[in-house]
Order: sequence, then C-alpha cells, then structure tokens
Amino acid sequence: MSTFYFIAFLSVFFSILVITAKNPVHSILYLILTFSTFTVHYILMNAQFLAVVNFIVYMGAILVLFLYTLMLINLNKESEPRKSNLVKIAGFVGGACFLITIVAALKAWGTSHPVVLNDPNLGLVKNLGKILFNEYLLPFEVSSILLLSAMVGAVLLATKDPKTA
Amino acid sequence: MGVADIVIKFVLIVIIFAISLVIAMYSTYAERKIAAFFQDRVGPNRAGPWGILQPLADGGKMFLKEEIIPTNASPFLFIAGPSLAILTACIGSAVIPWGQQIIMGKYVIPLQVTDINVGILYIFGVVSLGVYGVMIGGWASNNKYSLLGAIRAASQNISYEISMGLSIIALLMVTGTLSLKEIAEQQHGWHWNVLYQPVGFLLFIICAFAETNRTPFDLPECETELVGGYHTEYSSMKLGFYLFAEYINMFISSAVMATLYWGGYNYPGMDWVLAHTGPVIGPLIGTAVMFAKVFLFIFFFMWVRWTIPRFRYDQLMDLGWKILIPLAIANIIVTGLWITFIK
Repeated sequence: MSTFYFIAFLSVFFSILVITAKNPVHSILYLILTFSTFTVHYILMNAQFLAVVNFIVYMGAILVLFLYTLMLINLNKESEPRKSNLVKIAGFVGGACFLITIVAALKAWGTSHPVVLNDPNLGLVKNLGKILFNEYLLPFEVSSILLLSAMVGAVLLATKDPKTA
Repeated sequence: MGVADIVIKFVLIVIIFAISLVIAMYSTYAERKIAAFFQDRVGPNRAGPWGILQPLADGGKMFLKEEIIPTNASPFLFIAGPSLAILTACIGSAVIPWGQQIIMGKYVIPLQVTDINVGILYIFGVVSLGVYGVMIGGWASNNKYSLLGAIRAASQNISYEISMGLSIIALLMVTGTLSLKEIAEQQHGWHWNVLYQPVGFLLFIICAFAETNRTPFDLPECETELVGGYHTEYSSMKLGFYLFAEYINMFISSAVMATLYWGGYNYPGMDWVLAHTGPVIGPLIGTAVMFAKVFLFIFFFMWVRWTIPRFRYDQLMDLGWKILIPLAIANIIVTGLWITFIK
C-alpha cells in the first residue's frame, strides 16, 4: 500500500509539472514521466499486459510523436501564447466547478468498497486474450474497425486533393 | 527467495552487465579491424599487440577530454540525453536467456536474470524508449543539425517499430508464448524458428538495423548532411556514451535475434553433450554457442556497414512503409494459413 501512495504521489506531482512547465517540450517530458508512473500502477494491479502496452504505445510511440511535433513547431523558443486575465479567471472558475462536481459525485457514490476481481490473474496475457476473444469478441472487433476507419480518415485528410493541388 | 537466490541473481546481473560493456568496448576495436580488412588496410595496431589495447586508449581519451556544454543548451537535458541512451541500452539484457539452468550441488542457477511472461513485449518497449536519449540530446543541444538528427531518429524509429512489431506477431503465432525462456526451450536441438519464419527474420533484422541506427539506416548521424547529427555538440564521455550505447544496442539486438530466431543456446546434439559433460559444463557450452551466434550477428552488422551505402531519406521511408509493412502483414496471413491448414 505504501508503494501505491508513493507512486500515486509521483503521478500527481508530475501531472502538475506538466501543466505548470513553461516550455512545451519540458511539459511533454513530464508527461512521459507521468505515463511511466501509470505503468507502475498497472504492474501493482497485476495487469502486466496493460502495463507493457501502456509502456510501448503511450511512452514509446504516441509521446515520441508529440515530442516530434513540438520540436518541429517550437524550435526551442518559449513561445507559449499569452492569454488575457479574463480567460484565466474563467478557466479557473470552470475548473473549480468541475473539481467540486467530481468530488461530490465520488462522495455520493461511496468509494469504501474495494473491487474484488473473481480472478486476480485476469491481467495476464493468456487470460486477457481468452476473455477478449470469447466473451467480448464483438465489441473488440467493432472497436478495431473503428480504429481502422479513423486511420483511413487521417490518411484521406493528409493526402492532397488532386483537383485543387 | 532466500539469501542464496538473491546473491546468485546479483552476481548474474553484474556478470551480464560487465560482459555487455566489455563486448561493447571490443566491438569498437572489431569494427575498426573489420573496416580495415574490407578496405585492405592494417587498422589500429599501435596500442599493445595487434592493437588489442586500443579500446582502453580510446576510453581513456574520452574520459580525459575537455567537457563542453554549449551556452544556450539546456544543461540538465543535455546530460540526461546520453545517460538515458546508455540506460535504455543496458536494461534490455534483463530478460534474455543466456543458457539452460546450471545445477551445482543443491543450487539451481538459471542463466537468465528474470523470466517475465511478457518478455518480448518488454524488449520491444525498451527498444521504443531508446529513441528518447537521441531525441532529448538532439533537442537540448540547441543546434539545427542536432535537432534535424533527433527528428530523423524519431520518425525512423516509429516507422520501423511497426514492421518490427508485425514480424514479432507472426513469430508469436508460431510459438504461442511471450516468454523468452519458453521460446528458447521450444527451439530445442535444431527446431529453430528461422526455419518456420524466414521472412519474419528478414523483416526483424532489417528493423533491428534501423532501430540501432546502423548503416545503411544511420540517417540521424549522417555526417555528409548533418555535420555529426544528433551528437554534433557532444564531446568527451557524453559522446562516448552515445557511441557506447549504439554498440550495446547492437549486442542486445544480436542476442534477441539469436534467441528469437536462431535457437538461442540450442544446437543439434545438445542432449548428448549435456549427458556426457554434466549439469555444469553442458549448459556453459550452450552459453558459448549462444555467444558464438551473437558474435556472428555483430560481425554481420559490421559487414553490412562497410558494404552497403547509406539510404536517401525518402528511400528509407519508402522501404519502411511501402515494402516492409505490407510484407509483414502478408507474412502474418501466410503464417495463419499455414497454422490452420498444414501444421
């Protein structure tokens, strides 16, 4: 349990650094650290496959692309657009309202019942695969088609229209 | 887990770490000697007999050189870059099985630091993290050429990771497990996976070249276009760490290829040898076989470096996206058909 609190503290700490860092590239580096603490959370929950996929997909691919884009755009300048004070106050009020709603919702829901899995080894690759391809085959296939269509859409958007080009 | 187990693991980790570093050191020597052989020269021959102390001389030089951090560089990230590069290079060896277990009296010594049941994915994750060292170092240098090198490294690694992952999927369909220990055990004797996955191995070795930034894929440090690429601004041991990380990566990827496709520590007639030499010498012979395979792959890396010229950048992307990925998907389909109808 103490490991959990330590890692949870690190997650929150790095997430705060993500939004307070002045330089966008530093923000992304803190985001990488945040995701690495998530990997540790998954391992603590015995979800090995999720942990390693989070490691590969988020830390190894998506955030590399984030960093890539930011390096291309910003070129080492601290060129964060300055927002007016009105926008900042509006953002603060909106965020605070959201926080209160979330806290109230969690309090009403009652969080003191720990979720007990029927099978603590659910997160291992073999068990996860069996469940995904037996019980949840249809949602699994549907979501994969959704991802495929998103990919085709992205390629379509990126290719130039031959008439206008 | 008793005290003896912890001591055994600790000793094993230290040995593997030391071996990685020594092999990386002597890879630099081997590279120069092999380059000399290919170009009909003598190569380094001044430090010690046949120049055998050359890596020590190089290392000493690297340590003693002046350390320069550019004024406008981000100092923390400038140091973090090479440190991260060498860290990610070293942690990959944790899941590789170097041999069968040694039985010495009442102690059973597994020649693998840890056997996690997602071993391949761990290796894959470490490989995909490797690019951060290059990217952070290149960006923190605050130099156009370094930044271009870093960006090239990122796009190249992302592109080739896809086909590497797809070639691993075809391999997993054959083996049915993600644990490197079980994959090595399945290839007992001569049942090596390369016999069942020749196309997958071809894809994997091409991607391994790209992921380790070796010629013909060393666009991130292409000196004809980018001065020195991502390590233009680096000097002394920080530059040494980048170069060292490349050689350790080469060693680890050779070990992974040997384990996944070329049988790891298995060789024909291993049962007979094991029965005749006992449970200590037998596994060690297997480990020697493993290292022989690794050295052959390292030699192959160097052979290719001094044979094939560097790609142009658009050719690199065309190869990755238009040839390797379709080939990898076709390989998966053919493997599926083979498992369904023939096996």
